[in-house]
Amino acid sequence: MSDITAKQRMAIQRQPMPQRDGLERCKDFDEVNTGYDLETAIKEAQRCLQCKNAKCIAGCPVGIDIPGFISKLADGDVAAAAEILRSSNDLPAVTGRVCPQETQCECVCVRCKTDTPVAIGYLERFVADYARENNLEKPKEVSASTGKKVACIGAGPAGITCAGELASMGHDVTLFEAFHKAGGVLIYGIPEFRLPNKVVEHEIKNVLALGVKIEKNVIVGKTVTIDQLFVEGFDAIFVANGAGLPTFMNVPGENLKGVYSANEYLTRSNLMEAHRRDAETPVLRGDKVCVVGGGNTAMDAVRTAKRMGAATSTLVYRRGREQMPARVEEAHHAEEEGICFEFLTAPIEVLGSDDGWVEGLKCVRMELGAPDDSGRRRPVPIEGSDFVIDCDMVIVAIGINANPILTQATPDMNLNKWGYIQANDDLATSIPGVFAGGDIVRGAATVILAMGDGKKAAKSIDNYLKTL
Amino acid sequence: MYKLVDKRNLGPNLTLYEVQAPRIASSRKPGQFVIVRAFDHSERIPLTIADVNKDTGTVTIIVQTVGKSTAEMETLEVGGGFCDVAGPLGQPSHLDNFGTVVVIGGGLGTAVVYPQAVALKELGNKVISIIGARSSDLVIMKDQLGAVSDKVMVTTNDGSEGIKGFVTDALQQLIDNPDMNIGAVYCVGPVVMMKAVADLTAKYDIHTVVSLNPVMVDGTGMCGGCRVTVGGETKFACVDGPEFDGHKVDFDELADRLTTYQSHERHKDQCRMLKAADKIKE
Repeated sequence: MSDITAKQRMAIQRQPMPQRDGLERCKDFDEVNTGYDLETAIKEAQRCLQCKNAKCIAGCPVGIDIPGFISKLADGDVAAAAEILRSSNDLPAVTGRVCPQETQCECVCVRCKTDTPVAIGYLERFVADYARENNLEKPKEVSASTGKKVACIGAGPAGITCAGELASMGHDVTLFEAFHKAGGVLIYGIPEFRLPNKVVEHEIKNVLALGVKIEKNVIVGKTVTIDQLFVEGFDAIFVANGAGLPTFMNVPGENLKGVYSANEYLTRSNLMEAHRRDAETPVLRGDKVCVVGGGNTAMDAVRTAKRMGAATSTLVYRRGREQMPARVEEAHHAEEEGICFEFLTAPIEVLGSDDGWVEGLKCVRMELGAPDDSGRRRPVPIEGSDFVIDCDMVIVAIGINANPILTQATPDMNLNKWGYIQANDDLATSIPGVFAGGDIVRGAATVILAMGDGKKAAKSIDNYLKTL
Repeated sequence: MYKLVDKRNLGPNLTLYEVQAPRIASSRKPGQFVIVRAFDHSERIPLTIADVNKDTGTVTIIVQTVGKSTAEMETLEVGGGFCDVAGPLGQPSHLDNFGTVVVIGGGLGTAVVYPQAVALKELGNKVISIIGARSSDLVIMKDQLGAVSDKVMVTTNDGSEGIKGFVTDALQQLIDNPDMNIGAVYCVGPVVMMKAVADLTAKYDIHTVVSLNPVMVDGTGMCGGCRVTVGGETKFACVDGPEFDGHKVDFDELADRLTTYQSHERHKDQCRMLKAADKIKE
């Protein structure tokens, strides 16, 4: 590691992420953050104090050797840094962009005590991007073939991670994907300006290069059942098909033309590339758009609407700013882009024109009352505070329910009362040989938690296969 | 790629495609649909599976050319193929022995309702089929339906074949026949036709099943674009349907929602919302 003293390290300030101007970038779908250059990345890497008992590693759901890769980067050896990253994370260019580092690795960084944490996420992104762009990626080692076959259902973050891990252990892995394109939420959900599809495609290509096969357009539960996959010769199955049934508000007017679920809006825009004017798949382009919800999906939708040409794009959330589940960085970026916020506001009706198009969103103001089951203060309507937000499009991003397709076709699988799959600490389900993780177990969670599940499940499946 | 093994013209703007999709051919049940994309840039289009051949692993779909995507599909040739075929999706038809069943197909719906007629016949029903079309040259699948029906009736708007009028006129004749004890009606066609049939059978309390065709993206419950109101509740046609009790469906809402992208398809640049967005930019 480069020869500088602890005092010198402490003197270096956190390097800001270069980003495009808010009012400029909200006119296109190019990335908001432009990434460090090599010099800046090395400078930031030098801020790492190389703790012996590195808390950041424990803070990472996939357990990346954070001081390890940062040390190589500080030495200017990006290839070695990339190799360390990839040994525990198959999607570093993805997680470097979308992980909530502020609540995971960075918040436990020892430098938080004195100033600001090492920008672990920015460094992860830099190493992955630089290695990709400069052909410095070394393929992961693949163990000798075990002759065992594993099916991973769902080519999202959990399934891809599990498939990559299992393939490097020497197992014969097939990914089954319901859509025509792999990536799951990384492709259909998270917009281009936050996570470019070409970055995701490259990471998936690396996983497939380990020998993972992929069969698209297969809806497990419909095209083929879990039982049939065992008959086809799979020895174990990992179910990571995501959550995916959108929740609506259950208010009058919700089926008017111009009301979308965030899933539909983002799928049209991202997966089907409807944000391009020449795309085959249509999407409505609202002039005044309201997005209901306070999570990252709501934030993605409201910022996408702005980029599609909305004059006003407003986020309507029933709690306050502090209670928003969205990442602070995303909310901050949204503000820079001129997104309007209506906090402590809940929709009570979508108003429509005679010809069935959205014309407004009738809302009521809320105040925070006593804490609910989740410990958050429950929003309570303020009587007589009704008002109307003038809009021609409403996007509902208030959460999702468990998708029933696979589980309905698999009656032996134990579910919880909300319809999510029950899995034990090893992610084993009630069916021998079937494991599950990601959103279909957790409900809506994050990319990195799904990846953590994929990794954990791979270990469990490897152990299970040894017993056969 | 999903290889195209047969392509036939069934009438003006109606094309039959037989596609290699072995997994779908072996798992499909009557009433289910597929989502296809002809090319890599194409829209995802939901289409009911008209027939399958488990031996050859093929799936038959019938497509009406209504817009750009379906017109482009027309350029596919035998030997080439579809970029994507996903399915089978939706709930299978709930079929039973009802005694006498009237199977009604309007336009393209005739192809969609054909597998139900086959299955209902196999269950021992007396099957009477009604085919509705604007004119004689648009009447399709008459021979195929005839082969599995005890009787086939044709109605045309212009009277060029069969009864002049609508399918409801033929259905009324059957209802009025005292020897005819109709146990159920299966109806697939344009929304206005299904609504008219459901309104008629509601008067006589005849169990009526309709197959809905709302706007859809993924077909797996993920987007909610296909939501329909059935018995006052929101249902997703892709996972809860596409078949529903015709007496409970809010057809007016469905018809209205189906117009969402009409302007986009026909006059992309004049779309209401596109225009609004462009005005802002200027």
